[in-house]
Amino acid sequence: MAGQSDTMVDLAAAYVLEPVAAADWLVVAPVVWCIMTGAVLVTLRKRTAVQPLIAIPALGVLVLMTLALLWHVIAGGTVTMTMGRWLPPFGISFTVDLMGALFAATAAIVALAAGIYGRTDVDDSGRRYGFYPFLMLIMAGILGAFMTGDVFNLYVWFEVLLISSFGLLVLGSERAQLDGGVKYAFLNLIATTLFLVATGYLYGLFGTLNMADIAIKAAELRGTAPLMTLVTLFLLAFAMKAAAFPVNFWLPASYHTPRLVVSALFAGLLTKVGVYALLRILVMLFPLEREALSLVIAIAAALTMVLGVVGALAQNDIRRALGFLVISGIGVMLAGLALGSPAGLAGSIFYAAHSMVVMTALYFAAGLGARLGGGFELTGAGGLSTRHGLIAAMTLVLFLSVAGLPPFSGLWPKVMLVKASLDVGAWWLAGSILVTGLLTTICVGRIWVLAYWRPAPEGREDTVPLNPPLIGATVALAGLVAVTVAAGLWPDPVMSLAQQAARGLLDPSAYVQSVFPAEAPQ
Amino acid sequence: MRTVILRSIAPFLTSLMVLFSIFVLLRGHNEPGGGFIGGLIAASALAIYGIACGVAAVRRAIYFHPIAISAVGLLMSALAGVLSLFAEVPFMSGLWVYPHLFGVEVALSSVLVFDVGVYLVVVGAICSIALGLEEGDRD
Amino acid sequence: MEPLFALLVGALFTVAFYLFLSKHVIRVLMGAAILGNAVNLLIFTAGRVTREVPPVIGGGNDVLVQGAANPLPQALILTAIVISFSFFAFLLVLGFRAFQKLDTDRSDEMRVAEPVREASPPLGY
Repeated sequence: MAGQSDTMVDLAAAYVLEPVAAADWLVVAPVVWCIMTGAVLVTLRKRTAVQPLIAIPALGVLVLMTLALLWHVIAGGTVTMTMGRWLPPFGISFTVDLMGALFAATAAIVALAAGIYGRTDVDDSGRRYGFYPFLMLIMAGILGAFMTGDVFNLYVWFEVLLISSFGLLVLGSERAQLDGGVKYAFLNLIATTLFLVATGYLYGLFGTLNMADIAIKAAELRGTAPLMTLVTLFLLAFAMKAAAFPVNFWLPASYHTPRLVVSALFAGLLTKVGVYALLRILVMLFPLEREALSLVIAIAAALTMVLGVVGALAQNDIRRALGFLVISGIGVMLAGLALGSPAGLAGSIFYAAHSMVVMTALYFAAGLGARLGGGFELTGAGGLSTRHGLIAAMTLVLFLSVAGLPPFSGLWPKVMLVKASLDVGAWWLAGSILVTGLLTTICVGRIWVLAYWRPAPEGREDTVPLNPPLIGATVALAGLVAVTVAAGLWPDPVMSLAQQAARGLLDPSAYVQSVFPAEAPQ
Repeated sequence: MRTVILRSIAPFLTSLMVLFSIFVLLRGHNEPGGGFIGGLIAASALAIYGIACGVAAVRRAIYFHPIAISAVGLLMSALAGVLSLFAEVPFMSGLWVYPHLFGVEVALSSVLVFDVGVYLVVVGAICSIALGLEEGDRD
Repeated sequence: MEPLFALLVGALFTVAFYLFLSKHVIRVLMGAAILGNAVNLLIFTAGRVTREVPPVIGGGNDVLVQGAANPLPQALILTAIVISFSFFAFLLVLGFRAFQKLDTDRSDEMRVAEPVREASPPLGY
């Protein structure tokens, strides 16, 4: 038994002995908060009217927590808390650096918007199936993935978010949902299993799973261990999670089937967790192997962005077109990963944050548009701009933002990425980013012209009832649009944060020092 | 499967297995056992009861909805970690108290609370899946 | 021992992926079950295989005895088993529900979400 009689054992060899500052609790607070409110909401699953009244304030608190964490990290650098007092690398560490904190804060804002949108979009049966509890648990998984400093723990958070995402995907058990759900579930199972295989090899080679510890030991092992195999496995697993070409086919098969707010949340957050894991593992832990793979990643990136938007051009259903645009955006983020320069990585990080907000908002806009005009099909759509000017205007802003046109938040990361590609002479990568921008403009421009600008088809005006737009949903959309406009007009804070985050990835000494304060970085 | 033998023996077998599962749960801190395996034993006990006496009988017997049991377990586990906040130690640290009950020193810890939470999560989750599948058979 | 285990892991992966290539959801499910076990065995092997001494600290001792098995892979596998178990249970229910609602377990007949002939978007205004 532990406790008082431990005088002969030196506790300092195994334990964190100094008291933990209350501010450091911000590292675990968001995840614990999500799990606890999720558990409370599960017990209230029959009280469908009460659920949003608890969940939306809880998500508001979550946003405040993650913003406080971001502030804490900006002010004081990377923060670490190791579970159960065991010294790292034996205890599981939660380590939050600038990239993790930035992504976590953006994700929390998106989740709050989804919670507000879901109040009107998800009916009583959807709430009995557990929309709000699953929303909190999926946020626990996403935030846990952004914050953990341990590879196996990252796997566990991936599974938490994956199992919650299954629950959200089949909310209501409609035929199309089950169909999409089967493909989503099996292909994602393969991806996480590959991740687990890679983690098993990683442990076999390194004998440790702590990311900071791996970052130290990778240099020593590089000569003897087959790190290239390992990194390729990680690349494949995370590329599958991120829906990069050619392992992206689960996404267009499933993302249009669930409730709209669920699609919006998935499009905003899930693939970005894959991108985050790629940046964390490939750039921070195995920079030389990433360098060796950079051509492969660059080709995959170019194909993903171009083929994604070409797929979007061929769709008649707006939700499916948006699903392909998600894939196209992943390609743009991978371009920065392929470049690996500070500017390129900063562009990727900025673009990921931008994409979280804008893709979610685009689905919201499509949902509101469908409610106003009666459907997601482009054939037969029309006349939306006259039905509700404000929603149409916000949709236009989002279309311009996703295409990367000024003055919205899509422009700056693309500028950074194009410049970074040209700096290293990868003109074809820069070219494909620009061509993707052009094709995206054509794609969203056509949706705008067909669904919003042209007059409603003959005789349809009478058949489609004029549903009033939902206040909560409109507020959620407006909030996200405000974020993209603000980040477009005043890009400097986000840009400098992204640049600092990229520097932190490329030189993990601050990260390592946060986990192992005793070992000074070389 | 509803033979007389199984139906008459199932309540005893189930209560014995649930008792054993609690024993496994409590010995788990320093010896093989713990919340997860205890929960599995309890869930299989309830599954046997369900096979013998039907799903409705199990639902009556556990009184709460299995998902609610899971949720309470999850909350307990999380709260067991949060206790560390008040002791100024990192999340999920083991905290011990040694109260004397009827002259016997009893070692209580936040680890135990966590383990009981895990036990409830496992019982609830496995039960809800098993009961759901058993009900689904009769649709 | 390790080479033998490595071969076994490879064989299990082969079987799992062969089953994954099937069009029937039920076979893919079996593949998922085997895949989970293959990975667990892989992690176990990666932690080095030792014999017979369980990693439990006996009463009165402070450290593990010499030659005890590595406890960390066992903890990892326990976690992975829990996860793959719950995954499998979910997939089983999902496959069953899909079979009930879609009336097929062949993946190439599951075309509700992606219809075979989809309407093209309008080409003109």
